[in-house]
Amino acid sequence: MAKYTFPGGIHPPYHKVTTGKAIERLQVPSALFIPLCQHTGKPAKPLVKRGDDVKKGQKIAEADGFISANIHAPTSGKIRTIIEHPHPVLLTSSPVIVIEPDGKDEWFEEPAERANWQESSPEDIVSAVKEAGIVGLGGAAFPTHVKLSPPKDKPIDTVIINGAECEPFLTADDRILQERAKEVLLGAYLIKKALGAGRVIVAIEDNKPEAAGKVSEVIGEFDGFELKIVKTKYPEGAEKQLIKALTKREVPRGGLPMDVKCLVQNVQTALAIYEAVRYGKPLIERVLTLSGDGARGAGNYLVRIGTKFLDVIEMTGGMEEKVVKVINGGPMMGIAQYTLDVPVIKGTSGILLFTHKTAKKFEEYNCIRCSKCVDVCPMGLLPLMLVEYVKAGRYFDAKEKYGLLDCIECGSCAYACPSKINHVQWIKYGKQELRRAS
Amino acid sequence: MSEPNFILSVSPHIRTSESVKRVMWFTVFTLLFPAAGAVYFFGFYPILVMLVSAATAVVVEAIFLKLRGRDVSQCLDGSAVITGILLALTLPPRFPLWEAALGSAFAIVFAKQFFGGIGQNIFNPALIGRAFLMAAFPVDGTTWVPTRLMAPDTFTGATPLATFKFMKVLTPYKDLFFGNVSGSMGETSALLLIIGGLILILKGYVDFRLPLSYIASVFFFGGIMWLINPAKYPDPLFHILSGGLMLGAFYMITDMVTSPITSKGRVIYGIFAGFFVVLIRLFSGYPEGVMFSILIMNTIRPWIDRLTEPRILGEVRR
Repeated sequence: MAKYTFPGGIHPPYHKVTTGKAIERLQVPSALFIPLCQHTGKPAKPLVKRGDDVKKGQKIAEADGFISANIHAPTSGKIRTIIEHPHPVLLTSSPVIVIEPDGKDEWFEEPAERANWQESSPEDIVSAVKEAGIVGLGGAAFPTHVKLSPPKDKPIDTVIINGAECEPFLTADDRILQERAKEVLLGAYLIKKALGAGRVIVAIEDNKPEAAGKVSEVIGEFDGFELKIVKTKYPEGAEKQLIKALTKREVPRGGLPMDVKCLVQNVQTALAIYEAVRYGKPLIERVLTLSGDGARGAGNYLVRIGTKFLDVIEMTGGMEEKVVKVINGGPMMGIAQYTLDVPVIKGTSGILLFTHKTAKKFEEYNCIRCSKCVDVCPMGLLPLMLVEYVKAGRYFDAKEKYGLLDCIECGSCAYACPSKINHVQWIKYGKQELRRAS
Repeated sequence: MSEPNFILSVSPHIRTSESVKRVMWFTVFTLLFPAAGAVYFFGFYPILVMLVSAATAVVVEAIFLKLRGRDVSQCLDGSAVITGILLALTLPPRFPLWEAALGSAFAIVFAKQFFGGIGQNIFNPALIGRAFLMAAFPVDGTTWVPTRLMAPDTFTGATPLATFKFMKVLTPYKDLFFGNVSGSMGETSALLLIIGGLILILKGYVDFRLPLSYIASVFFFGGIMWLINPAKYPDPLFHILSGGLMLGAFYMITDMVTSPITSKGRVIYGIFAGFFVVLIRLFSGYPEGVMFSILIMNTIRPWIDRLTEPRILGEVRR
């Protein structure tokens, strides 16, 4: 089978050690901390107050405006309080609803198959997705109903189901495809229907033959679907790179995939869409990979939203003494945590625990212009020049001359740099200063 | 569970195992090939020149790092050692030690530290040192000796390039390839330089485009001139095997700091540098043009970078 790819990129060690670990359901912990902001856009507005009893799947916070998402109770219990609590992505405290589970795990409305769900209209699909509070589960957490409602003048002809999972360590999407390929494809079918798109491409990196095998077993049942094997290379699963690899189309600078008639959805998002449309199941849990050399119970787990990292770790056998770094997400784009009290949110694709063997501290050395960063940049940027300009405070020039805002912060440059320059840090800083100035 | 102090840093959280030190010291290791050639062909004295030159570079670098308030341990990152050894390899086999030390110090101070240290220099330091010595000690800089393999009565007043330029006598390819010719201590053996260079290319420390475009360009422009007048101009194979071309192609023009940052830029850079080599060799008072060709290209490197900026994904260019 032909292998598709994009120019640039890196080959870090993949450490996909949990690819053979079946998805295990974790118990409900003694308390759930559910942030009101788990998505791109405005935080949700709480619908409950202290002392309320809630049931599993009950809406406890509703979307505030179009670019926002509903939030549902992951189990039944009592609202203990609504307080400020550490957040794994915002890195400041943000409001969370704390639920004290009653142990009964009773549904507010038990998910049940909806009649003629396969004949749902685009409007029905979008509203079911919106009601279920689904956001992009690959990590970016953009509200999915928004993506499924492109403007009239931006028709979508190609839906891409992103099973590249190019981040090292992470295997959640891989496992979902191995175990539930058909359901993912049914989700993709619903996405295709919602958008009126002609074709669906399922993209899987060539280091996941099991997942690809499972998909190819059932893909024949779907009209207009094709499986494309992409090269194992980071960041193959980045939206613009994946579109380029599969369709040769380039998302214009500053544009969105819909500008080239494409829409990319992550594997697990497709599954969530399927469950929402067929059964009316809200997004109250997700599969994540727990891994890293500090994790004793490395594996793939189905975890309720709001479960603290500490609870996940304790329920899976604990962690090594020498863990010095905890990451929400993958090692290339994930976010380092300062406490294990942060909860799993909708966008948490992985929890990585690194000991000092993996998580090293580096001092930046002078740039020697080796241009490894240029060779690996998947966006065609000159990372060394961006860093030089940002360091000099020339944010506007960095944007105009060197495309500061085109950077997708994939971290390939920083990974490849022999001088250990923190390109991503400088670039994020430059973008922030640019925002502040304008 | 007590709350440990976790490391907080911006992504990515994993990094390549490569480092500047490793790149530099590995390059020093590959320089052992031409250095061994220097000893094989010219005896043990070249070792002294190399040691003195490298040690001077490190010491002078340390002094200037200290003066500039920088981390003095940087002097051992390997880059100063490379400059010192490279400079020595470009010198005649019996070059006076104190003059070598002076050239090495000049290279580090004027071509590197004054620009801001490693990564900041515009010119290749070793070549600046070489140019300085050529101007300061024109006689010592062109006093050649026969190799140890040559018959004792061999006429040794000139390098193959000079022999051709001034006497129209060609040196056999075999001697040029293996290095049994007079010349600078590290430049004579094309074979050893190619070995060292290939190792660097395979290791990813050198972009093959630089040496390839440079050598091919010399072959091409040298070849054109040879076709125009074979009696007056040497053939292209002689061009690429003689003088400092191989040393320049694998160790000088490939200097990361002073060469272009884009692949396309490197090809253009090599082609122009090759053109200058032929121009200087055939139409100037000097028999050799490698040093000047690279120094000239160093000056227009920023312009080449500017002209060859890659297209940003999704960018539409007119």
